[in-house]
Amino acid sequence: MSNQLLQRHGGLALLAAIIAAGPLFLDNGFHYNVAILAGLNAIVCIGLNLLIGHAGQISLGHAGFFALGAYASAILPERFGFHPLGALLTGALLVGLLAFAIARPILRLRGHYLAMATLGMGIIVSIVLDQKVDLTGGPDGMVVGDLTLFGQALRGNLAWYWLVGALLFVTTWMALNLVHSPVGRALKAVHGSELAAAAMGVDVFHYKVLVFVLSAVLAAIAGSLFAHYNGFVTPDEASFIHSIQLVTMVVLGGMASIAGSIVGAVALTLLPQLLADFHDYEMIVFGAILMGTMILLPTGVVPTLAARIRERLA
Amino acid sequence: MSGVLSEFLQFLFSGLTVGAIYGLIGLGFAVIYNASHVINFAQGEFVMIGGMATVFLMAAGLPMPLAVVLAIAGAALVGWLLARIGIETARGAGVVGLIIITIGASILLRGLAQVVWDRNFHPLPPISGDAPIHVFGATLLPQSLWIGAALIAIMAALRFFFDHTRTGKAMQAAAIDPLAAQLMGIDIRRLVRLSFVLSAALGALAGVLVAPITMTYANVGVMLGLKGFAAAIVGGLGNPLGAIAGGLVVGIAEAMTAGYLSSAWKDVVAFVIILFVLLFLPNGLFGRAEVHRA
Repeated sequence: MSNQLLQRHGGLALLAAIIAAGPLFLDNGFHYNVAILAGLNAIVCIGLNLLIGHAGQISLGHAGFFALGAYASAILPERFGFHPLGALLTGALLVGLLAFAIARPILRLRGHYLAMATLGMGIIVSIVLDQKVDLTGGPDGMVVGDLTLFGQALRGNLAWYWLVGALLFVTTWMALNLVHSPVGRALKAVHGSELAAAAMGVDVFHYKVLVFVLSAVLAAIAGSLFAHYNGFVTPDEASFIHSIQLVTMVVLGGMASIAGSIVGAVALTLLPQLLADFHDYEMIVFGAILMGTMILLPTGVVPTLAARIRERLA
Repeated sequence: MSGVLSEFLQFLFSGLTVGAIYGLIGLGFAVIYNASHVINFAQGEFVMIGGMATVFLMAAGLPMPLAVVLAIAGAALVGWLLARIGIETARGAGVVGLIIITIGASILLRGLAQVVWDRNFHPLPPISGDAPIHVFGATLLPQSLWIGAALIAIMAALRFFFDHTRTGKAMQAAAIDPLAAQLMGIDIRRLVRLSFVLSAALGALAGVLVAPITMTYANVGVMLGLKGFAAAIVGGLGNPLGAIAGGLVVGIAEAMTAGYLSSAWKDVVAFVIILFVLLFLPNGLFGRAEVHRA
């Protein structure tokens, strides 16, 4: 138990150290840009991994929640005079309610039917954002104002870096606590065998809904921050491809591994930047890496490496 | 009054045409799912390969029938490779892992198509001219009739294959219970490869048939693949006839929405219908209820 406790807090301390040391290694705006986007992706992926890895429910539509958060921060201050922070919280609340409303019917589906339903939901969001031109600016997207905290506009890479870093730390801490709480154990039981969990008195459906809503809210918050940081949003944020990218980060890093989600998010945010030199071959290399990793490391990068290290030590 | 009827007929024709294409693609999903319980997200890329390969083989001077046959054979080879390299070697990957592998394959194939061919839109000539046929004031393209005929021919051929050939029966047995099928001496791996080859060929054929109407390009398979998946789900996963019915339902719904409401919303309606079908008939229109073992 104490060993486990050490592992948990050791991981958190390591994360804090990496975030704190980041500015020593980030030289320019481009580096910060990649780091900040990686952090935001990691926040979404931690939530998504609770859903996919721990609760065993696939979602191919989480980009929809991300985009709804982003558009809440774009639309509410601009058209309805909301304070940016109020818009962020309202967006998160609305997405949470939406997720709660659709979770009840959707999570009764299983496997590929659930994949289709979440995929359909994401596509519906992206088309609505595309078509409600008067509200969203349509396919051209819309400009997003600054995020203001305590009366000050948040500007500059360093300020954004610390904000996203802090949020990533809090999200990780919360997710670790959740996983090691009765809720986490219930989820693990659900993932292992729904029937056995239900027979032991675990309210399976309740936990699935809870995690679905939580992951949607995290995606919405990250979306809001992305909109402010980027200064611009388009319906592409809700695209099927974006949903796939998010799921890929989770699976690549390692299912049910919180560290894996962070590693996966960083790797897949970095990869397109590294491949930018290959121009025409970017998609080929990206596709090949996806296939290769899943074939060679089916449980994901972090759990595979962790198992190797444990073997070596034992 | 006749104006209303001819308008309705017009929408129905275009719905049936595009629905038949969705059905053909959905059929590919069903064939692979039956043999391997894999959802192949690269199915749309087979459609793209069929259309693009035909375009470029014809540009190289080949007559259309030969180009079509070679394009379908090429797609079938890609299907075999995907099964051999992507699916068989990934023994440890679960459902989500296999989904990611096929998604990786689809990105890879799209990237290859952009490099080997190009990023432009290409038309293909229709099989028998484009002089429209007039039916009760609505017009019908000859290509639509070809698509309908191809769909019926393929349904008949698959029926024969599944019911009257040894391999077809083995595939049905494997779909019902893979373990029992294996114990009866059926080589499941061969069947999985065959299912990828078969559905790649079906997808490529759909790509050749649809290209004269929608044009073909490197990314044409993304939305067509999703619609085909939708068709397979609406019909009930793993039910080939259901996939075709599902395709027609989705196609007609889209065409009616585009005609009576606005073409911008047609994709939304297709997916809303899918959500409703899933909510009220969780196994699709014609799917068997699945029994879940813990």
